[in-house]
Amino acid sequence: MSSVAEPKAPPTNRRDLTVKEYGGLKSTLCVGCGHDVITRQITQAFYEMGVDPHSVAKMSGIGCSSKTTAYFVDRGHGFNAVHGRMPSIATGSALANPNLLYIGVSGDGDTASIGAGQFVHLLRRNLPMIYIVENNGVYGLTKGQFSATADLGSKLKTGVVNDLPAMDLCALAIELGCGYVARSFSGDMKQLLALIKGAIAHRGTALLDVISPCVTFNNHEDSTKSYKWAKDHEIPIQEIGFVPFFEEIQVDYDPGTTQDVVLHDGSHIRLRKLREDYDAMNKMAALGLLHEGQEKQEFLTGLIYVEPTKKDFLSLLQLPEKPLAILPDAKARPPREALDQMMEELK
Amino acid sequence: MSSAILEEKAPAPSAGTPAVVNDFSIHVATANGSGSMSSNNILMRAIFQMGIPVSGKNLFPSNIQGLPTWFTIRASKEGFIARRRDIGVLICMNPETAQEDVRTVHPGAAVIYEESLKLNALRNDVHFYPVPFQKLVLELVHDGKLRRLVVNMIYVGVAAWLLDIDMAEIQRAVEKQFKNKAKAVEVNLTAIRGGYDWAQKNLTKADPFRLERMNATAGKIIIDGNAAAAIGCVMAGVTVVTWYPITPSSSLAESFTDYCRRFRMDPETGKPTFAIVQAEDELAAIGMVLGASWAGARAMTSTSGPGISLMAEFTGLGYYAEIPAVVFNVQRVGPSTGLPTRTMQGDIMSTYNLSHGDARHVLLLPASVGECYEMAGVAFDLAERLQTPVFVMMDLDLGMNNWMSDPFPYPEKALDRGKVLRTNEEIEEHVKKFGAFHRYKDVDGDGIPYRTLPGIIDNPQAAYFTRGSGHTERATYSERPDDYQNNMDRLARKFETAKAYVPRPVVSNGSGSRVGLIAFGSSDFAVEEARVILAKRGIETDYLRLRALPFTPETADFVARHERVYVVDQNRDRQMYELLTLEVREDCGKLRSIRHYDGFPLDAETVIEGVEAGEKS
Repeated sequence: MSSVAEPKAPPTNRRDLTVKEYGGLKSTLCVGCGHDVITRQITQAFYEMGVDPHSVAKMSGIGCSSKTTAYFVDRGHGFNAVHGRMPSIATGSALANPNLLYIGVSGDGDTASIGAGQFVHLLRRNLPMIYIVENNGVYGLTKGQFSATADLGSKLKTGVVNDLPAMDLCALAIELGCGYVARSFSGDMKQLLALIKGAIAHRGTALLDVISPCVTFNNHEDSTKSYKWAKDHEIPIQEIGFVPFFEEIQVDYDPGTTQDVVLHDGSHIRLRKLREDYDAMNKMAALGLLHEGQEKQEFLTGLIYVEPTKKDFLSLLQLPEKPLAILPDAKARPPREALDQMMEELK
Repeated sequence: MSSAILEEKAPAPSAGTPAVVNDFSIHVATANGSGSMSSNNILMRAIFQMGIPVSGKNLFPSNIQGLPTWFTIRASKEGFIARRRDIGVLICMNPETAQEDVRTVHPGAAVIYEESLKLNALRNDVHFYPVPFQKLVLELVHDGKLRRLVVNMIYVGVAAWLLDIDMAEIQRAVEKQFKNKAKAVEVNLTAIRGGYDWAQKNLTKADPFRLERMNATAGKIIIDGNAAAAIGCVMAGVTVVTWYPITPSSSLAESFTDYCRRFRMDPETGKPTFAIVQAEDELAAIGMVLGASWAGARAMTSTSGPGISLMAEFTGLGYYAEIPAVVFNVQRVGPSTGLPTRTMQGDIMSTYNLSHGDARHVLLLPASVGECYEMAGVAFDLAERLQTPVFVMMDLDLGMNNWMSDPFPYPEKALDRGKVLRTNEEIEEHVKKFGAFHRYKDVDGDGIPYRTLPGIIDNPQAAYFTRGSGHTERATYSERPDDYQNNMDRLARKFETAKAYVPRPVVSNGSGSRVGLIAFGSSDFAVEEARVILAKRGIETDYLRLRALPFTPETADFVARHERVYVVDQNRDRQMYELLTLEVREDCGKLRSIRHYDGFPLDAETVIEGVEAGEKS
């Protein structure tokens, strides 16, 4: 080539970082896996929100979904815990350093089956973290067994039928006091991106139950976790707009058709109601909606419940502003007189 | 019960029996939940305040109210504080067990009992002191609701008269017990004085047991091992404690909480310098410890055998991912219901190799409350230095019973926080020196790599990804055979390095004898007592007390120097003996095993019997 055009500088965010600087390793998942779409939306959301990448802590358990934390924000530390036990690692780390942005990526097996024990206590504590379940109703990494979110009556290639009802992670989360509960679909990128940004802005556990088809083991026509079924049946309950705290917000909206929720960091999430009178801040309405949807076999997506002012676990503990992880040794060890007093009392 | 007896055994009653002074056990049989713990503490404390070495052991059921419980107070002028098999003074307050209790005491014992139980018909070789406790309590305590609890104070008064315990010391002990709550002090003191006065008026002293003021406890403290370990953690600058309730370890985390609220509030901000979380189970407790340590805190959990089992998988991850963690294992008898409130050294082998694949851990073996305190500090330094889980192996006897000790010294050594790159400058310097920061690269040759903490340094080189067994030196995912094997060899090298850091054994080699003893943990008190008695009977012994695993070279040397070495284990499967046979290999024929595993703390007689049986054959 005789002349080389000056390459156009890629766009940057408010931290002067490019979207590439929020990237990670190349995915090793199957071609067409829903999880990779979610990874891209996570990357994009972190970039657009201008998150400080070195302050991101990525948490996961075991399974295909849990591998994906290596595929984004590699400037942040990551922790691949044991199967179903990511919540405790995240909790411990958050006790030591509450100032990090915790994002956990898990699957339906890692969360609803082996991980149910720690998952419910994470929700109950309202630990500040984004918790994404990449829900495909099947164990991918061990080749196609049922998880606890598998459809009732669905059938494995081996002929085994699932006789047990699926767990509804969103209903469980609302029951246990989670203050940001959303359901989405990896094929609905716009909605997913807005929900992840809202989760970044929220303080407390933000649960995103994202239907993410497994192209290898559970993408057949009868599966409610297949691309086709999800695409054909998805009923968004709102159109979701997100305005980050660092952008100006248009004041005018019609409260009859749009619900405006101010999140912890000052960002706004604007929910244009597609279902008449649905109030995402009403817990009973949210539970009712989920139960109704379940009975009608509807695939409802959107921000199902939000309670932006609920106190999170770390503020309940009244932790110091400076993380315990870097507490100076001189503050951690009491002075000589303190030990003298303890000993005197034991004499 | 064995026919072997201690020389200190109480004599049979006969005219002119010499007095037994400051050298006997008082055994109190009650039902649990009856408030007897306060009475027993007051008795023990009063004896301690008279300057007499003392220890208190609570043998209790897994129950809140109504099942039999026993409390043994041993006074020993020679300072022996292990459990003693024979009982000098028995106080029978539990009708359910009274007959059996009386049958088990040695001839010559003193038996204080509720008159209406008519126990004096059972034997004629002990001294009976019937006391109308139920009648007395009606006279002494007007509040009917308090009678059930305060009746136990009456036996304190009776025992005080019988054994010559200074009533001024009793009063001090009561004030300490009830922390100067005037009403409680008054009600209880009235009952004690009532018991004392009644005994003085109505009983005639016939047994030989007496307490006399000494000067052997001045400046000493009384504390249980769990509280001692908790103070060790407070002073070691522990910032995160996550735990799940389990007997016998719960009071460790609870004591830590109490002390932290008083001594670990930041005077500048008024905020705590600690975070304590009661986890949903032990799986979560160890997970939180690993998460907190990974992020840079000094973190620990305390548990017992069943919890240790649940922590197995995460412990393996801690070993492979090289994350510091401290676990206090207050050992007890086996799983589920039965004897969870009894003592055992039953987890040595399972904890040493806890988890799956190749895994091996540093175990610390404290033998006294002083060492519970000291080794708490050592454990955190080791965990952070070696970047691996470290276990402090206590047991119920050490953890929950009361022990006399010198006051704990202030730790003079600074905290060892290990190889952590905390600043941009440290990272840059490391990169200059070694080319790059690679999380799992052994740049120092000791098997211990460097680590960074999440979110602390804004430097693209600082971040790494933590995962299990398959990773490269750069912490990237790998399933390559050479990567795995190189990493395993480095972990083995690190374990060799650990030998230079763990507490060395305590060796007494001076006797010139060909007979050696090896013991660890709470067995030490009984072993030391046994050695004195064995020496009086003509069997001199040398003694090596293990203080940590892995073994250090002193242990094999000790076995090599002796012809026969008796290894004392408080478990059925002689777990330490088995580990030693692997350690000393060609010398393993010299090892003999002495085992004790009935749930009660080890006593000197068991050790004496074991050695004597071996030396006779």
